[in-house]
Amino acid sequence: MAVDKKIKVLVCKPGLDGHDRGAKVLARALRDAGMEVIYTGIHQTPDDVVNTVIQEDPDAVMLSMLSGSHNAICPVIMDKLKEHGIDDVLVAVGGIIPDEDKAFLEGHGLKGFYGPGTDLKTIVEFVKTNLKRQ
Amino acid sequence: MAYSNLISQLLEGKPRAAARLITFVENDIVASEEIINSIYEYTGNAYILGITGAPGTGKSTFISTLTKIYVDQGKKVGIICVDPTSPLTGGALLGDRIRMKQNFSLNNVFIRSMANRGQLGGLARATENVIKILDAYGCDIVIVETVGVGQSEVEIFKSAQTVIVLLVPGLGDDIQAVKAGIMEVVDLFVVNKMDFPGADKKVAEIKQMLEFRKNYKYDSQDLSEKYAKIELWTPEITKVNSKTGENFDELLELIRKHEIFLKESGVISNYMKNRITNETLQILKHKLTKKVEELLNSNKEIGKYIDQAIKKSLDPYSMANLIIEMLGLDK
Repeated sequence: MAVDKKIKVLVCKPGLDGHDRGAKVLARALRDAGMEVIYTGIHQTPDDVVNTVIQEDPDAVMLSMLSGSHNAICPVIMDKLKEHGIDDVLVAVGGIIPDEDKAFLEGHGLKGFYGPGTDLKTIVEFVKTNLKRQ
Repeated sequence: MAYSNLISQLLEGKPRAAARLITFVENDIVASEEIINSIYEYTGNAYILGITGAPGTGKSTFISTLTKIYVDQGKKVGIICVDPTSPLTGGALLGDRIRMKQNFSLNNVFIRSMANRGQLGGLARATENVIKILDAYGCDIVIVETVGVGQSEVEIFKSAQTVIVLLVPGLGDDIQAVKAGIMEVVDLFVVNKMDFPGADKKVAEIKQMLEFRKNYKYDSQDLSEKYAKIELWTPEITKVNSKTGENFDELLELIRKHEIFLKESGVISNYMKNRITNETLQILKHKLTKKVEELLNSNKEIGKYIDQAIKKSLDPYSMANLIIEMLGLDK
């Protein structure tokens, strides 16, 4: 087989938040769906996230945020990605995202917003159907 | 040419171009051919270090500390971390980056995680090509971290100039140290976690094993030219603490010593020859397998042989010989 393409996903925990059970469960679920998943660990700055995206060249980035700082951090990540000319990567955020913040984040190009209790199959399906590159 | 834009950006040292090209060589064999074809002349400047060892011996942390030192010396470092692919789902969880948190700048350090995609031997199929891309990208040193290995994952020995195996105190006794496989192809033994009890005992066990080898050596007639790199060099051993950086001075000294040995003994040309031969062999295997597969499915003569084999008037070995004759490869 000449082409052996795998969906590559980056799972990150940006900001000062150590609750990474959700991120780990998600990483595991995506792995079990046949994807190649990179988990960066906790306490990632926006620069860390963007540098990792540049080097690893994933198809999707999943940001897990439970600290309430999503409105401050996510737009910075999106801006820095744009600065580097990266516009073909799906960026999703999940965790604890209040409904009233979704429109703001959507405006910055973020998707997803899945919270606790979401069926993992839903998220796997979401990744598969929302990829920007083939 | 489809990749010429990315390739000129790669040669200018643009990290995103390097990352894109790595994705192409990982996924697509045809793309690999085109890319390697155009960057090959720019490779050969990087020193390739292979880091191997059992899971949990601290390979990623060790690499992180080592990289920090090289970066402080003004060097540009590329890191390739290979982790295993699930044989059940084809997915993989690549977690080596978690241990590499030294706030490296994007310009000095390029880290790339790879899944081995079922390849045996501790590396991924595309690893050789990714090394070349990082080499052309301008890395002075390329560090390859293998899958957490067992005892026989020795592929790295064919790609790296210096192979380092990490050991930790309390894992296995002296008999592990004399087993065949990985322990035989190593240039440097490093006992990591030297602050743990039993580190000195571990060092002593390895030393004992090496002593034995010195007295015995291999009967050089048994040993093909391919292994000259190990025959002439007696592996060094040291202990370090990757968390604190303790004793890394000595480690760097030993890596340097091995590098000088390779050059001065002339073994380096041997290594280059083996590396290229091995790589070409892999490519040939792949290409020929594909061609022969096509032939087996389409050639009428071979179809007749297969019918004969079904009737038991021809066995598969004889059939294979007939096909080799047919291809003119028996001369």
